[in-house]
Amino acid sequence: MGADQESCTVFHRRKSRDHKRAAKSVAGPDAELLAELRGALDPARVRYDSAERSLFAHDASVFEGGLAGPVCFPTSTAEVQAVVRISGRHGRSIVPRGAGTGLAGGAIPLAAPVVVSLTRMNRILEVDRDNRVAWVEPGVINLDLSKTLRPLGFHFAPDPSSQQSCTIGGNVANNSGGPHCLAYGVTNAHVRAIEVVLASGEVVMLGGLDPEPPGYDLRGAFVGSEGTLGVATRVAVTITPNPPAVRTLLMAFDRVEAAANTVSQVIAAGIVPAAMEVMDNRITRAVENFVHAGYPTEAAAVLLAEVDGPAAGCDIDAERIATIGRAEGAVSVRLAADDTERDLLWKGRKTAFGAVAQIAPDYYLHDTVVPRSRLAEVLEKVYEIADRHGVLVMNVFHAGDGNLHPLLVFDRREPGMLDRVHAAGAEIVEASIAAGGVLSGEHGIGVEKQDFMDRFFTADDLDHQNRLRHAFDPTCRVNPGKVIPVGHSCADIQALRSVPTGVWG
Amino acid sequence: MAGRAASSGPPALETHDPVLAAFAAEVGVEDAVTVAGGRTRWDRGGPLAAGARELAAPAGIVAYTPAEMTVVVRAGTTVAELRHELGAHGQRSALPERGGTVGGAVAVGENHLDRRARGTVAVSVLQVRYVSAEGRLITGGGPTVKNVTGFDLPRLMTGSLGTLGLLCELILRTNPIPALSRWLAADGADPFAVDAALLRPSAILWDGARTWVHLEGHEPDVAADIATLGGLGSFTEVGGPPELPCHRWSLEPGRLRSLGREGLPADGLPAAPFVASVGVGTVWAAGAQPMPEPAAALAAISRQLKDNFDPTGRLNPGRRVGW
Repeated sequence: MGADQESCTVFHRRKSRDHKRAAKSVAGPDAELLAELRGALDPARVRYDSAERSLFAHDASVFEGGLAGPVCFPTSTAEVQAVVRISGRHGRSIVPRGAGTGLAGGAIPLAAPVVVSLTRMNRILEVDRDNRVAWVEPGVINLDLSKTLRPLGFHFAPDPSSQQSCTIGGNVANNSGGPHCLAYGVTNAHVRAIEVVLASGEVVMLGGLDPEPPGYDLRGAFVGSEGTLGVATRVAVTITPNPPAVRTLLMAFDRVEAAANTVSQVIAAGIVPAAMEVMDNRITRAVENFVHAGYPTEAAAVLLAEVDGPAAGCDIDAERIATIGRAEGAVSVRLAADDTERDLLWKGRKTAFGAVAQIAPDYYLHDTVVPRSRLAEVLEKVYEIADRHGVLVMNVFHAGDGNLHPLLVFDRREPGMLDRVHAAGAEIVEASIAAGGVLSGEHGIGVEKQDFMDRFFTADDLDHQNRLRHAFDPTCRVNPGKVIPVGHSCADIQALRSVPTGVWG
Repeated sequence: MAGRAASSGPPALETHDPVLAAFAAEVGVEDAVTVAGGRTRWDRGGPLAAGARELAAPAGIVAYTPAEMTVVVRAGTTVAELRHELGAHGQRSALPERGGTVGGAVAVGENHLDRRARGTVAVSVLQVRYVSAEGRLITGGGPTVKNVTGFDLPRLMTGSLGTLGLLCELILRTNPIPALSRWLAADGADPFAVDAALLRPSAILWDGARTWVHLEGHEPDVAADIATLGGLGSFTEVGGPPELPCHRWSLEPGRLRSLGREGLPADGLPAAPFVASVGVGTVWAAGAQPMPEPAAALAAISRQLKDNFDPTGRLNPGRRVGW
């Protein structure tokens, strides 16, 4: 499925390669660094060949310009410490990395840092039912965790579309969401404690399993910091009981506005569904061609709404949502008859981005949030902007949160196309800010939206964000050049200049 | 980065607010300052150093949009006023209902008794505005219910006792008030069995002998839960929770089973009388919880944080967060 599927493929290819490739000695400016890293880790888990470095210079975003130094695959906290300390001694930055499914460039290495890939730290260490937590290593894949928990009656609530390939460490870095975060909350609400290797190489435990751990909420500050405060090496995540009943409604509308208004009205009526997702006609057609879930391809928009919990309350809320939808002009309301039908509907929603591959080879998925009451108006603006730039836009989004995901679909071989895509994207972000929204709901800032940060925050605000970051890492050697515009942080500039001359790119 | 679009224009958030600007001017840049709310938790974090100038944060509900489930509220507003305003629209917040001001409640960061239903205060704080040690108005977070724009200053400010900045305005997430609320209690019922049997209780309290359960939701769901409770003890309806001892402990919920057991070492556990929040880990007891020394690296980050945000130590001098 689009970027997700691609990174998934990449991940598997990488795994199979690991066994075949032996370490080679390298001459040049990184020789000493490499020798030390290969002294600390099995040399087969420290890579420096061009294919590997090229692969790790990218994530699932469209951004180019990354440059990876040595790529390390530690298997323990102690090995992460060793990599961080060795890198520090050589004056080199590090960038932690999960599955590379990020869409904002947060894991793209800038200026040849040592890449710390955490995919080999992928054990579920303990499921502690008394404390309702699972202790996991950062490389555990989101869906693998939920699959493991399912027979025990639990799941991990955040469910990003990339959940088949994204990692818990990546979810922590990005404070990831997903359709079901409407009722359950995003990753920050589900992380209790994090073991972190700091830039200094020291290990700290942030937070705790108790409800109100003493001290500043460093755990809360770490989640969503896009890998800039340290490397998470163990995470205690809350496990959520599986709901006994689920009702999934598919409503079709002949106007996108009516779907958006239904979402606002449901919230206004005091119902907080587990999920409320909207897909426009273009994406619905693409999805239906792809998964054959019985999505109404003539509708201008479809709304997928789900409630869960005890059965009786589910029936009450589902009926109320259906009534609101009909009052807003729903042309059809369908209740998924069973789990099979429900799974098919969700498969359609979650593979939406893969479905567009039939239409054009490239896409750029945006991510902004606007007040729910302004969804319809901002959507109209999104279509207008894309039309004006001659770019095809499709909309599939977490409507319940007001979280827009305009999907710009294009062929980058077309001359000037990438420029038009970026120009349209910038206008979409501006339109969202103008409507009282924010830059990102769940993808993060990374490098993608850095230059918009001072449209949203003052220099003083950004300075305070830097003060937080500098308390963890005064030299900004962990993932430098991300989130805060580089001009606002001297330490970042220094870290980004730390590439030894002659490093081969 | 290839093709990244540049931004233009001034920050989109309206930063000039005469009321907040006046508060920032009052905070100034030099002397030791503190903000008094309702003084309901005035001793939290230790005694305030003598001579700190006492201020009151601006008050009032600035904007409330029930359909967005968000409220913009000044820090000096009382929790009671906020509760009244939200309640008039069928909503509520995650703040504990124990008097005092909204800013005080966020600065202290204690969660509601019904945390299992309402979520934590930290999760409910979407945006903070505070005055820095340099007298500047700082905004962190954003106005929408979902947001990952930049570092999470709202998390950092929640529970920081005004030692990093002085709160003046907050945007909080609100939630609908459930259709029905019932408190039940039974002597001798096993609270852990109750926890295992119920899907989403709002609270389960236990004093070692008696168990209280708060159920909220749709009428048939509450009725089904009451029927379930019938199999676990002689539960009868009561008016509300028991009176809570005054000290608040934070324990791993899994350790609560060891509370009040005769013959077991009471290592790090409070003595009776206590009331424990089962499944959460908050315990109210007569004595204060002893605080272990933090790990050195953790203490170092906390000190650095305080130094970075308040280099001269003028914000709430004397107060320490946790340790």
